[in-house]
Amino acid sequence: MPDEINTVASPDPAAVKEEMLKIYPAKTRKKRAKQIILNEPDCPPEIGANSRTIPGIITQRGCTYAGCRGVVMGPIYDLLQITHGPVGCGYYAWLTRRNLVRVPENETNYLQYCMNTDMQEDQIIFGGEKKLKQAIREAYDIFKPRAIAILATCPVGLIGDDIHTVAKQMKEELGINVIAFSCEGYKGVSQSAGHHIANNGVFKHIIGLDNKPDEGEFTMNILGEYNIGGDAWEIDTLLRKCGIHVTATLSGDVNYDQVKRCHTVMLNGVMCHRSINYIAEMMEKKFGIPWIKVNFIGAEASAKTLRKIAKFFDSKKLTDRVEEVIAQELMALRPIKEQMKAKHQGKKVALFVGGSRAHHYQDLFRDLGMEIVSAGYEFAHRDDYEGRKVLPTIKVDADSRNIEELHVEADPERFKPTRTPEQVAALTAGGFTFKDYEGMMVEMKKNTLVIDDISHHEMEKLIELYKPDIIGSGIKDKFVIEKMGVPCKQLHSYDYSGPYAAFTGAVNFYREVDRMLTTRVWKFITPPWEKEPQSASPLLHASKVEALKRENANKAWRKPGAETAPEAAPEA
Amino acid sequence: MRKIAIYGKGGIGKSTTTQNTVAGLAEMGKKVMVVGCDPKADSTRLLLGGLSQRSVLDTLREEGEDVELADIRNGGFCNTMCVESGGPEPGVGCAGRGIITSINMLEQLGAYDASEALDYVFYDVLGDVVCGGFAMPIRDGKAEEIYIVCSGEMMAMYAANNICKGILKFATNGKVRLGGLICNSRKVDNEKQMIEQFAKLLGTQMIHFVPRDNDVQRAEINRKTVIEWNPKCGQADEYRSLAKAIDENQNFVIPKPLPIPALEKLLMEFGLYN
Repeated sequence: MPDEINTVASPDPAAVKEEMLKIYPAKTRKKRAKQIILNEPDCPPEIGANSRTIPGIITQRGCTYAGCRGVVMGPIYDLLQITHGPVGCGYYAWLTRRNLVRVPENETNYLQYCMNTDMQEDQIIFGGEKKLKQAIREAYDIFKPRAIAILATCPVGLIGDDIHTVAKQMKEELGINVIAFSCEGYKGVSQSAGHHIANNGVFKHIIGLDNKPDEGEFTMNILGEYNIGGDAWEIDTLLRKCGIHVTATLSGDVNYDQVKRCHTVMLNGVMCHRSINYIAEMMEKKFGIPWIKVNFIGAEASAKTLRKIAKFFDSKKLTDRVEEVIAQELMALRPIKEQMKAKHQGKKVALFVGGSRAHHYQDLFRDLGMEIVSAGYEFAHRDDYEGRKVLPTIKVDADSRNIEELHVEADPERFKPTRTPEQVAALTAGGFTFKDYEGMMVEMKKNTLVIDDISHHEMEKLIELYKPDIIGSGIKDKFVIEKMGVPCKQLHSYDYSGPYAAFTGAVNFYREVDRMLTTRVWKFITPPWEKEPQSASPLLHASKVEALKRENANKAWRKPGAETAPEAAPEA
Repeated sequence: MRKIAIYGKGGIGKSTTTQNTVAGLAEMGKKVMVVGCDPKADSTRLLLGGLSQRSVLDTLREEGEDVELADIRNGGFCNTMCVESGGPEPGVGCAGRGIITSINMLEQLGAYDASEALDYVFYDVLGDVVCGGFAMPIRDGKAEEIYIVCSGEMMAMYAANNICKGILKFATNGKVRLGGLICNSRKVDNEKQMIEQFAKLLGTQMIHFVPRDNDVQRAEINRKTVIEWNPKCGQADEYRSLAKAIDENQNFVIPKPLPIPALEKLLMEFGLYN
């Protein structure tokens, strides 16, 4: 029986945008206006993205080091990873993203360790290279790992420790692969820069080291899938049922050896376009492996993706098998999906997360007939919103130029396109799209609000005006949202549940959404700020601002128009 | 206690000038401490009669927390006290951070306490004010008087102007002031007049013109200040005059750095005078 369907009519999005921007100072308003867009699915308008966060807006974003160490490198479970830097950054390398692993017997797993050089003042002044070498030797003596990665934090870049030379020397000394990543936190506007740096390192130093392919008639990699809550396992199982072998999932429940030989596959499927498109592109250039965009989040999306993969391999056997699997899975899924859909159809969702999740999870909610009123990414670029067709028009700013762009050429021996030009031409003629991502906006309704790098203030306004029934977001806003009486699903770590990928995961998600929407606990919440008036704090702020103004009023250099140096002031 | 920092272009003669001037002040009976802020740790060689054996940072590394003032402070010519910050080898680490740590350590150890009865502390700082670390002596009131060593050469004047920008930045919020330019002559045409005019434009004075004299190098070869090596020579008197001028100086200003075209114009006027 449907319970309390939210019948509040959606407000005028243009007015909401206006209301969100109203409070900002002129310069901020101008910048944020470019990042809050009324959607136009037929022809997505240009959105401001991958630009510097405005101080004070309380961003969801993380740093470059987090993107490299935490997201892309972290889940490679038998690659021993040492954070070179002070202990705080080291501690936060302890993976809390719930990247799950099933480690085969006699294999090593370093995921539950966090290793760090504990850089202190002495290393800042005299350089940290010696201590880094010592840490690498120590780690090697204890663990005898297959390979070691060094991940740089901010001070390493500031004092100029040459971690790449250290890596080279230690590689010679120990006889194992040692790879350094210059992923200092300050390097980009968000964690996105760290993804790129990790992609470069993995491509340059690991992929291609082992040319022995896995056995299998149809082989592929899943790129940009991090096995949060076991997602990759669901995808793996589904593909195996169809007869497709996954050589490596980058990076979820994956080991170093799998990454070494992942260039031996026939196809790359890209899940999170933002974090891993670089590797997909470079593997195509160097080894001739085509890549396609895939999405296993949502029943409809999973079916569509399976059919696309079958089309690529162009085998009757595989196509039949895929249809058989889809039919089976959908049949198993239907009763619960229909039940939940009847209960929750028409409820409102807002999604602000990641570089692909705010897009992919729309499919899961659409499975239930729920309405996406607003969505946006935390660290994505324009192509993730508007589609790859805008790539040539994206202005490369100084922040992006800071990140190395590898020059890749076809490998003289190993470049072997897995499809002939004729096959590619035939597929393309049939409407098949290679290396394409159309972005989030084409799939969203006209006039829904697309908000990049949403601020806390905008989130509050959104809740106030749209009254969404559920929000998908991350840890930094989760509890603020819940204090306002709206259930919030963390779509980075899934809180404590999952998996949500593929048909089997979708069932978990429907149940989880049902649980969150059915519980009445949110209706009983009175936000703390309604119980205890917060007058003291804003007043304190205002008085500080006034005091500052008074203090600066008589300073010559603050006077409008006074651009010359102050007068020399002789003193007795 | 007067707290003085000496800045200037690399190689202009900051360490030499500082030590010879300090020798002059010490000879007058003043109690002076010199803090070398150069990772090479060669700012006190002439006063000590050889390179200092233990820098603050080296001692800190070797002894851990258990550092005494006596471990890092050496007695030099005429009861001067000499300290070297020290720092990393070229190309590694962060020398600027080292200077900050080292000056903080001296403060904690009580090197500046009233009981030390210092008349002067001199900071001899490496080169230009390139980053936060090298600005340390002029921040937080550590040094209150700055003297810039320069010559009539274009790059030396350019560096002096740049240092003035650094002083201006800290002067607006603190007590640091420019005490004057010390012209360490390179025998450039019209050098004295040009630096006098340059100082005037900056809003300061040329506190002394130190002529070029090979006695300075002779003394250096003997690991001595000129006053110690040959107290009777003319150059010794030059440094005595500079010491006296600094001791009697009352002219402390917030400098007005020149726009580059004005600096170029000055060079044209005096450099092409003939």
